[in-house]
Amino acid sequence: MSHTAFVSIGDLRRGKAAPGRVVEAAAGGCSTRGAAGKASCGSSAGPDDMPPAIWEKVKNHPCYSEEAHHHYARMHVAVAPACNIQCNYCNRKYDCSNESRPGVVSQKLTPDQAVKKVLAVASEIPQMTVLGIAGPGDALANPARTFETFRRLNEHAPDIKLCLSTNGLALPQYVDEICRYDIDHVTITINMVDPVVGAKIHPWIFWDHRRVTGLEAAQILHEQQMKGLEMLTSRGVLTKINSVLIPGINDAHLIDVNREVKKRGAFLHNIMPLISEPEHGTVFGLAGQRGPSAQELKAVQDACAGGANLMRHCRQCRADAVGLLGEDRSDEFTLDRIDRMEVVYDLDRRRAYQDKVERERQAQHQAKVDALAEAGNADAPDDGMRVLVAVATEGHGKVNQHFGHATEFQIYEVGARSAVFVGHRRVDLYCRGGYGEDEQLPSIVHAIGDCHAVLVSKIGACPRDELTAAGIEPVDRYAHEFIERAVLDWFSHYRQRVARGAIVHQPRGDARIRQGAYCGGTGVAAA
Amino acid sequence: MALKIISSQCSGCSACEPECPNVAIREKNGTFVIDPAKCTECEGQFDSPQCLAVCPVDGCIKKV
Repeated sequence: MSHTAFVSIGDLRRGKAAPGRVVEAAAGGCSTRGAAGKASCGSSAGPDDMPPAIWEKVKNHPCYSEEAHHHYARMHVAVAPACNIQCNYCNRKYDCSNESRPGVVSQKLTPDQAVKKVLAVASEIPQMTVLGIAGPGDALANPARTFETFRRLNEHAPDIKLCLSTNGLALPQYVDEICRYDIDHVTITINMVDPVVGAKIHPWIFWDHRRVTGLEAAQILHEQQMKGLEMLTSRGVLTKINSVLIPGINDAHLIDVNREVKKRGAFLHNIMPLISEPEHGTVFGLAGQRGPSAQELKAVQDACAGGANLMRHCRQCRADAVGLLGEDRSDEFTLDRIDRMEVVYDLDRRRAYQDKVERERQAQHQAKVDALAEAGNADAPDDGMRVLVAVATEGHGKVNQHFGHATEFQIYEVGARSAVFVGHRRVDLYCRGGYGEDEQLPSIVHAIGDCHAVLVSKIGACPRDELTAAGIEPVDRYAHEFIERAVLDWFSHYRQRVARGAIVHQPRGDARIRQGAYCGGTGVAAA
Repeated sequence: MALKIISSQCSGCSACEPECPNVAIREKNGTFVIDPAKCTECEGQFDSPQCLAVCPVDGCIKKV
């Protein structure tokens, strides 16, 4: 299968030769309308689609590569508690072990403790390839702790990729240092390119020994963010832009943000839903500012297609998360547990394990390509009809999870020739110890309420009836088949049934994005 | 003349510590405290007390 829709990353590299210049990198090619079976994003493309240097940087980075996130793990160390700006969606005081969202941690670490934790995790989880500093405050508002951690990791664990996350305010002054420690992935949170919008999100910044508020604050923040992004692009550092989608404040504006960051060479754009509940104690939460629905989020993401590459697989991890995206094993690596661990950092063992992971991944990729070619959907007539399908999967790119065991569903947008990953929906675990929890079922139905079908390996009679009654077709005949092939085949049967009048095609409604504490699957995620 | 950090309000984020021009702030049991003997409220040094300007929790730092 070709990935020819992905065309543009070379422009990023060309930008490297022209420091200080705004790089007109057509970082687009997100290819949300790509060939059959093409996964969500340019970032899921293979080595043939981008310069080798870029491929080397993204191939085992779970946040930068949609495909890699099924195979490689990451961890965050919480060495950066201080922040230099205030955001209306953030309250770092709130901490709950069942809570999964940025800005929240259970244990703050010194650089010493952080390095120890990284080595312990890297020994225990050899597919852990990426270490990020993402707070709980701002990595660059704690420069001494952040760079001390990076310096020592360069020394002790040279094979681990380093990345950091920042609001961008202090970014321009630290770009040289970022390059010195070989940090080749930087995430900047950019919620606006217009200070009028910015002032509604960021009430103040601490700048030049003053608390600056209102438009002036947003203007300074905006200028620093753009300058920092341009500087990173000109030095060849890959950047991801995180934007929090806040309905009524910056929803339509994020299309402008996407255009501006693309113009300045951003590699990926990650549009995330606002997490906002009164009990979080944030300004937005207390004011009743709601988060977006699934369809509102998708509408903005779709409107940005063709702009900067979109990341659709973000799980909004905690600032101390450990493991694959969507799981958190941080409980296994608390400070007292690390103290009791015997840590042997064996580079050869890690490499051997990662080679094995890479071989499995390539075999899986090839098997999927073959299965799709065999299915022959590429020539099917396409009248433009698209529906969403939810899939329960435990990985390996297959429909292989029991409905009752799912803590999230992957969402695919399917047409006659294409099946495109467009996101995931977190849900409460339905099944515990063999019994369904009936009160959980309505919330699952809400979470995938915009889908026409849900593909699972198996499903009980009770949820089957309830889903059917809600207009979502439960499908278990594709157990252990590749996801793309399964959804395309289901869609072609769906069209046939519509054509012969067996069913009537009806548009679906909206779906609810799961908010707040993640109580359902913590036991499973940690297992 | 000194400022005080209300420890029940302090989130322990440490933002204030490096900003103090008098090195009057230190960590104590997970939160931060100001040494009143060293605190000048930044008078003659900055337009406003630096700890107060950077603290993310309203009402956490008060004059005593």
